[in-house]
Amino acid sequence: MNRTWIVLGATSAMACAFARQVASDGAAVLLAGRDGEDLAALAADCALRGARLAEPVAFDARDPAGFAALIERARAEDGEINAAVFVGSMPAQGAIDADPALIDGTVTDSFTGPARFLHLLAPVIEERGMGTVVGVGSVAGDRGRLGNYVYGAAKAGFHTYLSGLRNRLTRAGGHVVTVKPGFVDTAMTWGLPGMFLVASPEKVAADILKAVRRRRNVIYTPAFWALIMLIIRHIPEPIFKKMKI
Amino acid sequence: MRWKTAEFAGWGRALSARSDVARPERRRTLDEILADGLVPAMGMRRSYGDAALNAGGRAVDMTRLDRLIAFDPATGELEAEAGVQVGQLAAIFAPRGWLPPVMPGTGFATLGGCIAQDVHGKNHHHAGSFCQHVTAIRLRTAAGVVEVTPEGTPDLFRATAGGLGQTGVILSATLRLMPAKGDVMIVTERRIDDWDEHIAMLDASRATYTVGWIDATATGAALGRGILEEGETGSGLVPKRANSRKVPFDAPRFALSAPVVRAFNQLYWRRVPESGRTVVKPIGDFFFPLDKIHDWNRLYGKAGFHQFQCVVPLAAAADLRAMLEAIAGSGLASPLAVLKRMGPGRAGYLSFPMEGYTLAVDFPNRAGARELIARLIERTRGAGGRVYFAKDSLARAADVPAMYPELDAWQAVAAKADPDRALCTDIVRRLKLRGAA
Repeated sequence: MNRTWIVLGATSAMACAFARQVASDGAAVLLAGRDGEDLAALAADCALRGARLAEPVAFDARDPAGFAALIERARAEDGEINAAVFVGSMPAQGAIDADPALIDGTVTDSFTGPARFLHLLAPVIEERGMGTVVGVGSVAGDRGRLGNYVYGAAKAGFHTYLSGLRNRLTRAGGHVVTVKPGFVDTAMTWGLPGMFLVASPEKVAADILKAVRRRRNVIYTPAFWALIMLIIRHIPEPIFKKMKI
Repeated sequence: MRWKTAEFAGWGRALSARSDVARPERRRTLDEILADGLVPAMGMRRSYGDAALNAGGRAVDMTRLDRLIAFDPATGELEAEAGVQVGQLAAIFAPRGWLPPVMPGTGFATLGGCIAQDVHGKNHHHAGSFCQHVTAIRLRTAAGVVEVTPEGTPDLFRATAGGLGQTGVILSATLRLMPAKGDVMIVTERRIDDWDEHIAMLDASRATYTVGWIDATATGAALGRGILEEGETGSGLVPKRANSRKVPFDAPRFALSAPVVRAFNQLYWRRVPESGRTVVKPIGDFFFPLDKIHDWNRLYGKAGFHQFQCVVPLAAAADLRAMLEAIAGSGLASPLAVLKRMGPGRAGYLSFPMEGYTLAVDFPNRAGARELIARLIERTRGAGGRVYFAKDSLARAADVPAMYPELDAWQAVAAKADPDRALCTDIVRRLKLRGAA
């Protein structure tokens, strides 16, 4: 069956690994992002790895006017339309403290931008009675921490949105997978102090695809983060508020 | 761009260096980094010594710029970014009937690294070295991006092929893939009883891929015994490659002590029946046998190890036999030892290959082994041979000019491409490759 994946934020390391894996299975990939030169390079790469079709598409989470064109482009493909959302931004908490206006952009990139896009896609999935949405959130969304609570709050909002969307699309034969990665070896974490048990983007992409095949609802990747976050979620607030983790 | 300050080691882990390393994921980020001046590039750091190290300086990790750019099924020409791994190229293209024409012993080596070391494979006697199949290199020199080709810019091409990254940062390259019958290997293994038989069998082998495993602990009449492996590509049922394993910690010293290695080698040798056998293997198992064990370099413990690899002319086989005698007598060798006949193919001024025999042996990083390797290097030089920069960590500057007679020509081109010596790495400084600073 024809399968198409829209990959939002396609040039990030995790998205790139994901796009390559679905490409080598012969899917069509619509690679959406802002860096046209890099998207074109990734599209050529995906085509050579076996994608039925690989196209760069302009997408900016902060410019919803452009969303409809991407939905129309996807609609032109027969069969199953899927989307994987890798967009998001994480300015340093200190930068946000100095300039609270950065909150708007962080929330748009990590939550409301992708949510508005998915809201346009949901009817397509309902119409066709199939299709999967992969939403990449973060362990940071499980609890507000001193170090990055604005980013965490945006991701928490996105998690809740995905949960609701899952509720909606399940009724029509679609599915939503919420992915909460721990530390992944990307440009975002390169050289950051305090990183441990860092996973490769390829491993995360493989975990995501396994979750898609098994129609899992919420996954942590690597899986041991489920245990770490179980503990962190259960620390009582009177203690947690004094911790610096 | 964020710079990561950390300790980076060569594959042998005997040499390491603290440096600031950037790892761009976009072309634009790399452009920004190089706008402030050239920085040496590194790949997967599979060179054993210090070829990828730049102590106290900066380096660019190219591994995330690893996209395929174009492929022409009429000619087999593949253009790709420098960070792509050669094993991935094999995995992607073998099912379509193409293979990288030359593959080194690890599939983790990057395209850029294969060019910078002008690597060779088990088919060197037929196919020559890696860069003989490279038709173009996009190189970022001090003067900007240059398209380097064997015909258009022969000097720069010869200085870049095997040039240890000293002429510029390799951005991408075009490699002519080789038609392959399929994605399995048909491998014939034969027991070899001694040195003379080993040399005779290597000389007589007509197979596309030929390599000899050598028991570097066997002495006396058994000196030079081993297993000759001959391979051809084939098609048919593909046995699935077993999942890779990982060495989770640094092994203790006794893991590779003399009695353990002797016992292992004995078993490994006897595993092949006396009458020989033919087996079908996945491509990766034949070309990259050790890649199945991630981080196998940790088997040598914290201190790391050295690999000695030399090539000597055909006429100097007796010198090589004497070297093997010294190695076997020392009781220091590991199970990893390889003997191979090389053809004359080489593409650059500093390329390793020459027509002759090449011997590669791993040693744990101990004083005795370092002294032995120093003697082996001396003997190699006396025999008119040379040591391999991709493996070396112990040669001295005085050893190089005799081993690499085209060093002067290389230096002149490197000086022009990188006049500020911004690309110098630890190996270049240790061996004074670009002349006295």
